Amino acid sequence: MATRLKEVDAVVIGMGWAGGIMARELTLAGLNVVGLERGPDRRPAQDFALPGIRDELKYQQRLELMADNSVDTITFRNHPDQLALPIRRWSAFLPGEGVGGTGNHWGAAHWRFQPDDFRLRSYLQGRYGAKSVPPTMTIQDWPVSYDELEPHYDRFDKVCGVSGKAGNIKGRKIKGGNVFEGPRNSEYPNRPMPPSVGGSIFDAAAKSLGYHPFPVPFSAASAPYKNIYGVTMGACQECGFCTRTACEASAKASSVSTIMPALRQESKFELRTRIFVSKLLYDREAKRVTAVLYTDLKTGAEFEQPANIVVLSAFVFSNTHMLLHSGIGEPYDHATGNGQVGRNYCYQFEAPAAAFFPDREINPYMGSPGGGVVIDDFNNASFDHTGLGFVGGGYILGASGGSPPINGRSVPEGTPSWGSAWKRETVKWYYHSVHFNTQGSVYAHRDNYMDIDPTYRDALRRPLLRLTYNGTDNDHAMSRYLLGRLESVIKAMGPAHYEMRPRPKNFTIVPYQSTHNAGGTIMGTNPGNSVVNRYLQSWDAHNLFVMGASTFPQQHGYNPTGTLGALALWSADKIKTSYIKNPGPLVHA
Amino acid sequence: MANDTIPRRDFLTGAGAAGAGVAALATSAPAAKAQAAPVETWLVLTADEAAFFSAVADTMIPADALSPSGTDCGIPVFIDRQLASAWGAGASMYRAGPFHPGLPEQGYQLPLTPRDYFAEGVQAANAWSRKAYGKVFDRLAPEQRAEALTAMEAGKAEFENFDARAFFQRLLTIIMEGFFSDPIYGGNRGKASWRMLGFPGLPATYSDKIEQYRNKRYVAEPQSIADFS
Repeated sequence: MATRLKEVDAVVIGMGWAGGIMARELTLAGLNVVGLERGPDRRPAQDFALPGIRDELKYQQRLELMADNSVDTITFRNHPDQLALPIRRWSAFLPGEGVGGTGNHWGAAHWRFQPDDFRLRSYLQGRYGAKSVPPTMTIQDWPVSYDELEPHYDRFDKVCGVSGKAGNIKGRKIKGGNVFEGPRNSEYPNRPMPPSVGGSIFDAAAKSLGYHPFPVPFSAASAPYKNIYGVTMGACQECGFCTRTACEASAKASSVSTIMPALRQESKFELRTRIFVSKLLYDREAKRVTAVLYTDLKTGAEFEQPANIVVLSAFVFSNTHMLLHSGIGEPYDHATGNGQVGRNYCYQFEAPAAAFFPDREINPYMGSPGGGVVIDDFNNASFDHTGLGFVGGGYILGASGGSPPINGRSVPEGTPSWGSAWKRETVKWYYHSVHFNTQGSVYAHRDNYMDIDPTYRDALRRPLLRLTYNGTDNDHAMSRYLLGRLESVIKAMGPAHYEMRPRPKNFTIVPYQSTHNAGGTIMGTNPGNSVVNRYLQSWDAHNLFVMGASTFPQQHGYNPTGTLGALALWSADKIKTSYIKNPGPLVHA
Repeated sequence: MANDTIPRRDFLTGAGAAGAGVAALATSAPAAKAQAAPVETWLVLTADEAAFFSAVADTMIPADALSPSGTDCGIPVFIDRQLASAWGAGASMYRAGPFHPGLPEQGYQLPLTPRDYFAEGVQAANAWSRKAYGKVFDRLAPEQRAEALTAMEAGKAEFENFDARAFFQRLLTIIMEGFFSDPIYGGNRGKASWRMLGFPGLPATYSDKIEQYRNKRYVAEPQSIADFS
């Protein structure tokens, strides 16, 4: 029997990026906030300290910072007619766990979506005709515009101390930045990181072809920085251990490095870790979540935490699962196409390449992801798709560095994988390789969705979430096109050898590809096309706000975190200015 | 089985190509090696498993001008400690049934922990080796070992009731982890693989070097976790 606790103003489920932002903003508005986190606390001075943080085996191979599959996982299949089986250990994507969440180990690429991404269906049909969007492609316009979000994008830049170079300030295009981006109110808070050697070669080749290269926007401070919450970040040390690892310098932005230092001083905030939230207790009549049901993993005791405001800010899968398991909203029914919860699951379509330059000395372990150079000439609205046979696009990146020895040894295809010949080739190429990535959109399809698995259960005996996903013909065509454009740049770089590495026809749950999952609790203009309204408020429970990439109607050709953070700030602003004074639906259906 | 077990200790103490490196690293006196080679005690490996992993390590990472052999780099010790670790015991793995072979797209679907998986795999590999060559794997001549691993890698070895190709990939992965990880885990002794690659190990920072070494190779004595501690 669960013990009922004293009601609080707000409870936040999941202390990653969105949860950290909401906890900070709501305490600033004077609310008492309880933050619930399934994993441990993460304290940089102890948990991310030198030298132990520079441990490739522990973090990159054994996945120290990732969610524990023995407690909770999802099942997966490519097609609705297959048997879904559990993901027994993460590989293709790596949800994080503990305070900071996935934000502790991200590669810190900090992007905005294009203005036309926010009106995707209207844009495509307006430019290419009604038939450019096939009936199976269930994309939709966002219920919020780029212009409405821009102040919050700007604010999130200033939470994170992002390092980069603007290409469009208030409509004025700036050479050397991203000339395809929407107008920004201000320049990035920090100057870009120096380009890596690979990035510099890519930059020169891209320019020679008439493209518009610029430094990848990097969510880390290139110089010490005090953010808008008064938290001081260190400068990036170019250590080369960024991805899948946390930052000992508190230079890489995460809720741990940019928000928690302020929240830990905040008397209105209480952090509870090792808390496994099992269900939202829902009053269907009152359209309200009355309490959060959880198990304290430190005692085994079960509690009900009532709250006036409930913020659901876990990973994409957990957000969707929580609504399905709690009976909030209508589950998506693949057979009929009815229902909203679980609909429009989208992955990110990334495909890499590698090139080899025997005459260049490229220290492969040095440098940050911010040393990457990017072209955005082939994203959604950057170019004309007439006659190409697909919609969507993405950015193309060239870089070197960040290649520690277990994972980062690039050798030409056909090289033996062991023995003396393998050793010779490994040594021969280690200092001479450049890597590339194409970061493509995934446009929603009626066959890609999440629902409840009929067989497998988690540690609390809840049925698992089931993911059904495969790459669509449209997204494969988009990816082939991006790889073709990338190949033209690589050729212009003049490598001794290069390899394009397209994705296989079927999506596979191994190896690692991207942690960018989206959809399931999407935002929209009415309860017939979405789970939450434009302020991320549930249509079915007015005191429930769902945060994160689960609210994206589809995945665009950029990393999701920049938009995820901006949306959390946008939602927080509306809660502060309207909802607290007058609780109830913020949009009338 | 019994008739395969006699000379394991002989093998481990330096028969064939193995042996030179450890002593060279430890004492810089290769002549002392036969007597000085340490006798390993294992946390979880059986004698059969220790012999198998040692033979695989020395075949995949043979002693040559670039590095000492796999055993001299401590790879069997690394594997023993990993299989005895929380990871080896299946920590963070979802292990509930029901179980199905599944499709390749669905990834690993067995209930076996890494430790159990390798125990079964070594037995299956040795059974296959006995059938194909008349001896367990570690008793094969170096050329035969290379041939056997090549057959497993190419999917041409048929283990009874065990996926040989998948086993090979996991074997390759743990051997490479042992070769390249921080020496704190028992492999990569003397930072041999880091010296081979020119990988300087752990920096405190590179922000003071990144411009100075642009287009120029950075050369430094490699630093491991223990060197900072």
